[in-house]
Amino acid sequence: MTAKPGSLAALPVGGSAVVCRVRGDRAVVRRLLEVGLVPGTKVTMRRIAPLGDPIELRVRNFALSIRRSEALGIDIE
Amino acid sequence: MTPLAPVVLVAGNPNSGKSTLFNALTGSRARVANYPGVTVDRISAPLTTKDGRVIELVDLPGTYSLSARSREEQIAVDALLGRGLPAPRAVVVAVDAAALGRALFLVIEILATGVPVVIALNMSDEAARDGIAIDVARLAAMTGAEVVRTVATRGEGIAALAAAIARAAARPASDAPFLDRPDALNLDIAELEAAILEERVLDRHGAARAWATWLLLSLDDQGGDDLLGIPPRLRTLTLAIRDRAAAAGRNVDLEIISSSYRRVDTLVDAVVRRSPGTSRSLTDRLDSVLTHRFAGGVVFAVVMMLVFQALFSWSEPAIAFVESRVAGAQALVTAALPPGPLTDLLVDGVIAGVGNVVVFVPQIGLLFLFIGLLEDSGYLARVAFVIDRLMRSVGLHGRAFVPMLSGFSCAVPAVMATRTIESRTDRLLTMLVLPLMSCSARLPVYVLVTATVLAPGARAGVFSAGAVLLFAMYMLSVVAALAAAAVLRRTVLKGPGATLVLELPPYRLPSVRVLFFNVWQRVRSFLIDAGTLILALTIVLWALLSYPRAPAGAGPGEELRQSFAGRLGHAIEPAIAPLGFDWRIGVGIIGAFTAREVFVSTLAIVFDIESADPVNEPLRDALRAATWPDGRRLMTPLTGVSLMVFFVLACQCMSTIAVVRRESGTWRWPIFMFAYMTALAYGASLFVYQVGSRLGLGIG
Repeated sequence: MTAKPGSLAALPVGGSAVVCRVRGDRAVVRRLLEVGLVPGTKVTMRRIAPLGDPIELRVRNFALSIRRSEALGIDIE
Repeated sequence: MTPLAPVVLVAGNPNSGKSTLFNALTGSRARVANYPGVTVDRISAPLTTKDGRVIELVDLPGTYSLSARSREEQIAVDALLGRGLPAPRAVVVAVDAAALGRALFLVIEILATGVPVVIALNMSDEAARDGIAIDVARLAAMTGAEVVRTVATRGEGIAALAAAIARAAARPASDAPFLDRPDALNLDIAELEAAILEERVLDRHGAARAWATWLLLSLDDQGGDDLLGIPPRLRTLTLAIRDRAAAAGRNVDLEIISSSYRRVDTLVDAVVRRSPGTSRSLTDRLDSVLTHRFAGGVVFAVVMMLVFQALFSWSEPAIAFVESRVAGAQALVTAALPPGPLTDLLVDGVIAGVGNVVVFVPQIGLLFLFIGLLEDSGYLARVAFVIDRLMRSVGLHGRAFVPMLSGFSCAVPAVMATRTIESRTDRLLTMLVLPLMSCSARLPVYVLVTATVLAPGARAGVFSAGAVLLFAMYMLSVVAALAAAAVLRRTVLKGPGATLVLELPPYRLPSVRVLFFNVWQRVRSFLIDAGTLILALTIVLWALLSYPRAPAGAGPGEELRQSFAGRLGHAIEPAIAPLGFDWRIGVGIIGAFTAREVFVSTLAIVFDIESADPVNEPLRDALRAATWPDGRRLMTPLTGVSLMVFFVLACQCMSTIAVVRRESGTWRWPIFMFAYMTALAYGASLFVYQVGSRLGLGIG
């Protein structure tokens, strides 16, 4: 799965960015928004799981893991 | 406790220490019941205030938000607004003080209902260690809530929390709007709020406003939710408002959640002070090993082996103890009572049935002890993190790994362990496929069959033929389980919701008290809910295998052969003959429904063998000598393989059915599971036997 630039999935480990949009299936988007990935929130890419997926983010001072497929729908700037 | 005691809810995010807090507040006086209509435990306990009033404290399931798509998730909002349940006087929200920026979202949603709130800034020691200081007075002033600092694991702040609960419960609920929402959204909410008040679903403005917001966020545009108690008019209106907003280019979900988070951010900016330059935390250092590409894999394998070892070997003495006690009780009753149908019912129905229930307790207890340890220490989330990639390839959630692994030991505790999976679809999928994992009760069947059909010392290349067959059966079970998951995910259980949104909580020391309370609660709910069903099924099966009675003087074999089960065996013979099974094997399969290993003892009775254990030679000899009426040998190697394949795939276990009934909340899923597994087993055995016969393998 290749991530296009501007997507959270393309953020290198250790990198930080700000969420600007969350796209995808409504239920998935709602869940991501509710755990704090609302536009304007700072995220840091912390770690990638041993098998390459999922990824670990730092958001709002807690560690959140989501799949790459979900991260692809999160636009950052 | 009087039934009229005012209710105070305890809410909180998962991993906020909510259960520990609840325990610290109430001691060990908790009662467990069920929320109506769903399989979610409602844990409550009395709390006596300083001035002697009694409050009923109710533990809500851990959640990040109030929005819902399933009935299980709907409990939170129904309990808060008092729909079908007593309306709460106040709500305690357990908050992880170190992650206020996320935890306050739930607080805000609850504050918006107008119910008085007590914020318990839990684990405030951890926050302090991380250099996080919180201005308690300011947080209280800005939210109107009582705010108390607690460290539940050490009992700190608990007395102050109890006092704050008493104060909050004495306050009236508020109807003033709490949040700044965009104007268009405010109009939408007001329209729906008015309709809710008109429909008399709720009578308080604050509650109706909160419910209107909840409806907008929760109802599925295509009606794909299964939420209850929503009048059709409100459902239609909600969807019309959502459509209207979408047509105007607005995203209602985003507006609601963003405006709540804006309030969270304002609060955090005002009350949280972070000292710069805090050192790398312990969790971070642990994670760099435990989720490391290589080291992480090794630790993972070791921990999982340990769980496996415990379930397989450590539970053995306890199971043997239960079995010996049951046998002892049976002998005692047989000796004490005159022989007759009532004694038989008592000995072979009731006592055996109780034994069939209690025998699961050691494995359930051990599995939940381990799961509790892994969950509360934070490692269970890492298990999901490490293994999700593999599980996802067949549509399973990373959290399904531990239940699937425990399926090798026994499906009953494994099905119960699926509760650690949040989404109902993911949970159902896991519990429907994990009975395909080859459990330890199948082993005696494999052993009997391989020892019967294989010549001693038979080899396949460098390996013993028995070992190869056994390995093949385990492989078949794993492949079948994963394939079934992949198929069910694309058919019966398709749709969205297959997400992984997983918090990786900081590593913590588990509280022994909470751990044992949870183990006891699981065991207790198994004994009461699934246990009664297993007991009833044991008695039914006993009756099938014992009635109608044979004439006096008939041996046990004769009795079984002419019982309902014996006749049923004859009746199904035309159906199972193409698999290579005669009616005697059919009776064994019927008997095995009690528990798979009973196949061995049932066959022994059919063949008039006195003692029956898997290494018992007479039964093997009898099976080897058994023939069809036309003189063909019954137990050829091909029949053996066909029989083993049948046992790998068939749902030959009433306890599994009982526990899936209990955990899924309906009969629909266990019936579906029984049907698909039986069809799978029949088809596979038919394939093995027919193709094998055509290829001339059956002569052996």
